[in-house]
Amino acid sequence: MHIIVCIKQVPNTTDVKIDPATNTLIRDGVESVINPFDAYAIEEAVRLKERLGGKVTVLTMGPPQAENALKEALSLGCDDAVLVSDRKFAGSDTWATSYTLSMAVKKIGAFDIILCGKQASDGDTAQVGPGISAHLNIPQVTYVKEIKEISAEKATVARMTEEGHDIVETPLPCLLTVVKEINTPRLPSLKGKMRAKAAKPPVWTAEDIAADPAALGLEGSPTRVVKIFTPAPRKGGEILSGDTADLAKELAELLKDVAIQHG
Amino acid sequence: MWRYNMADSIAIFLDKCTGCTLCVKACPFGAIRMANKKAVIDMAVCTLCGACVEACKFGAIELKSSSGPKKDLSKYRDVWVFCEQKKGVVQSISFELLGEGKKLAAKLGVKLCAVILGGGLEGKAEELSARGADKIYMVDHPALKSYQDDPYTEILVRLVEEYSPEILLCGATTIGRSLISRVAVKTNAGLTADCTGLDIDEKERLLLQTRPAFGGNIMATIITPNHRPQMATVRHKVMKEAAVDGSNRAELIKKTYPGEVFNSRTRLLDVVEEIEDTVNLAEADIVVSGGRGLGGPENFAVIKELAKTLNAAVGASRSAVDSDWIPYSHQVGQTGKTVCPKLYIACGISGQIQHLIGMQSSDIIVAINKDPDAPIFKIATYGIVGDAMEIVPALTKEFKRILKK
Repeated sequence: MHIIVCIKQVPNTTDVKIDPATNTLIRDGVESVINPFDAYAIEEAVRLKERLGGKVTVLTMGPPQAENALKEALSLGCDDAVLVSDRKFAGSDTWATSYTLSMAVKKIGAFDIILCGKQASDGDTAQVGPGISAHLNIPQVTYVKEIKEISAEKATVARMTEEGHDIVETPLPCLLTVVKEINTPRLPSLKGKMRAKAAKPPVWTAEDIAADPAALGLEGSPTRVVKIFTPAPRKGGEILSGDTADLAKELAELLKDVAIQHG
Repeated sequence: MWRYNMADSIAIFLDKCTGCTLCVKACPFGAIRMANKKAVIDMAVCTLCGACVEACKFGAIELKSSSGPKKDLSKYRDVWVFCEQKKGVVQSISFELLGEGKKLAAKLGVKLCAVILGGGLEGKAEELSARGADKIYMVDHPALKSYQDDPYTEILVRLVEEYSPEILLCGATTIGRSLISRVAVKTNAGLTADCTGLDIDEKERLLLQTRPAFGGNIMATIITPNHRPQMATVRHKVMKEAAVDGSNRAELIKKTYPGEVFNSRTRLLDVVEEIEDTVNLAEADIVVSGGRGLGGPENFAVIKELAKTLNAAVGASRSAVDSDWIPYSHQVGQTGKTVCPKLYIACGISGQIQHLIGMQSSDIIVAINKDPDAPIFKIATYGIVGDAMEIVPALTKEFKRILKK
C-alpha cells in the first residue's frame, strides 16, 4: 500500500505572543513545527504501513526551510519525502495550494490513500484537503476519527459530525482528512532520527510538476487579502469576591438576561 | 526608477523607503527586516498578504495584482445560501446565513436565493420562504437524504454553472466545509473559510470577507476580484437568524437530474448519534466547560448539571480530554472545536492559548479558577477566584431558582 501524507509547516501557535505596545504578533523566536493535525495523519499512515506493508511518502509545499518538517516526518517512520518549493508559489490561496499539491501527487505516481490533517493551525481553513481530492477527482472522507477496516480496494471509516459520527465506506484510492481522536502520535525513534538527518528530500519546482503557471501562486489564486488588522485585545473584566453563596447569587444576577433568553 | 526586486509580485522602491520600520511592525509573518536602513523582504516567508503596502506611508512598497485582464462578470447575479438539512431538519446556521444574505442582496440590489438538497423536502420551501428567500432552488431525491460528498458536489456545481450566482454562502460546518471546498475547485471560484464578518463594496460589487487567522490573533479581509461566484463559509452564531415572516412568498424552482448525477463513490453505512448531550457544541448559545481544575472525571457531573439547567452544551479543555475524563468531541480549542456562544463558563480551566483560541470570541466569558494568576482571567468578563466544585453547584442552584426549574 502506498500512502501519501500532505503536511504543512506552521508557526507554533502556543509560542505566538502579542506585543502590547504595537498590538501585533511577535514572531521572533517562534519555532516552526509540523501542523498539529498533520502529526495524526503521519502517525496513521505509518500505522497503516506497519499493518499492511508498503510505504509512506510525505509531501509538503513551502519555503526551503520546510525541509525540516519533512525530516521530522521521516524520523517518525515515513519512507520518502518530497518538498515542492518555488517562488512562483508565493501568495497561493487554498485553490492554488491544492492545485500545486495535486500536481505533485500526480508526479509521485500511483497511490492508495492520501492522508491530510483536517486543517492547519495557522490558516484554519480545512479547504486544502478537499481541494486536492477535487483536483484529482478521487473520493474523500473528511474529519475521520477512526479507520475501522481497510483492504486493497476499500476502507470503512468513522467521520466525526456535530452530533456524533457517520460510518462511511469509500473505494481506494481516496483522500482522508483526520482529527486528533484517530491516534496518539509516537515519538521519533533513534534510528529514524539518524535516517532523517542523512536524508536529502528532492525539491520539485513548478516546472518539475508540470504545473500550469497561470494556476500558481498569487496569479492562480482567486482570493486576495486586502487588509490585515489586529483585533483589539479582549480585556479582563471584573473579579467578583465574597463567600460562595453570595458570589453565586451575584453572578447569576449578572447573567440573568442571557440565561432567561437562551436557557 | 530603481527598485529592489525580490520577486515578480512585490517590490520596494528604495528611493521612497525612508527606513521608518512601519512595514516591519505591520508584517504579520515577520518577513521584513532592515538592511542599510532600507526594508528587505524575505521571500521565503512573505505570503504577499499586502499588510506592509497598507502600512507604508511613503508608497514605497508595491504589490502587483497580476490577475490578468478583468473578466466580464456581469452575468453573475444574486446571493445564494446553501441551506443544510439533517434528517429533514433545516439547520439553524442556514437561517443565520439567510439573515445575513438578505442584507448583502439588498446592498447589491439582487435576489436572495436558498438552495436545498435532500430527500423528502415537503414543507421546506414554505419554511425557507418564511425566512426571507426570494427564490428557492430545490433538488428532492432519495439519494440526497443524507449528505454524501459526490452527489452534493455534482449538483451544486451544476446549479452554479446554470444559474451563475455572484455570491454563495455556506455554513462552516462539517458538511459545509467538505462540500464547498470541492465546489470551489470545480467551478474555479474563490473561497474564504470561516468568515466572521461580511460586507459589500457597492462600487465594485465585491464581497468583503473578514475572518480570523492565527487563532484569532489577527483578522484578515479577503476579496475575490476576478472570479465568480464569491464563496464563503461562515461560522456558527456570528450572524443573526432571519426573522420569520409567513407572508413572504418565494419562487420555487424544483430541479431534476438524470440518475447518474446522484451516484456516490462513497457509501454511508450508518449515522451514529452520541446522545450524551442534548445540545451540540457548535450551535449552543451557552457552553459550560470543565478542565483539570475540577479534580477528577466524576466531577464533570456538576458541569453537566449546570449545563442541563441552562440548556447549554458541555465543553472541555484539552488536558481534561487527554486525561480521558470526557470524550474528544467535547474539546474546545486549537485541536478541538471553535465556539462563539453568547455565554461561556470556564470551570477549572487555566486558559492556555490553545484553549483561548477556541472560545475567546464568546460574548460573555465567566471564569472560575483557584489560581488568581490563571490566564483565563485576562479575558474573562466576570472572574471568580475559587474552587469550581463549590461555586458551580451554588450557581446551578441560583439558576434553577431564576429559571424556575
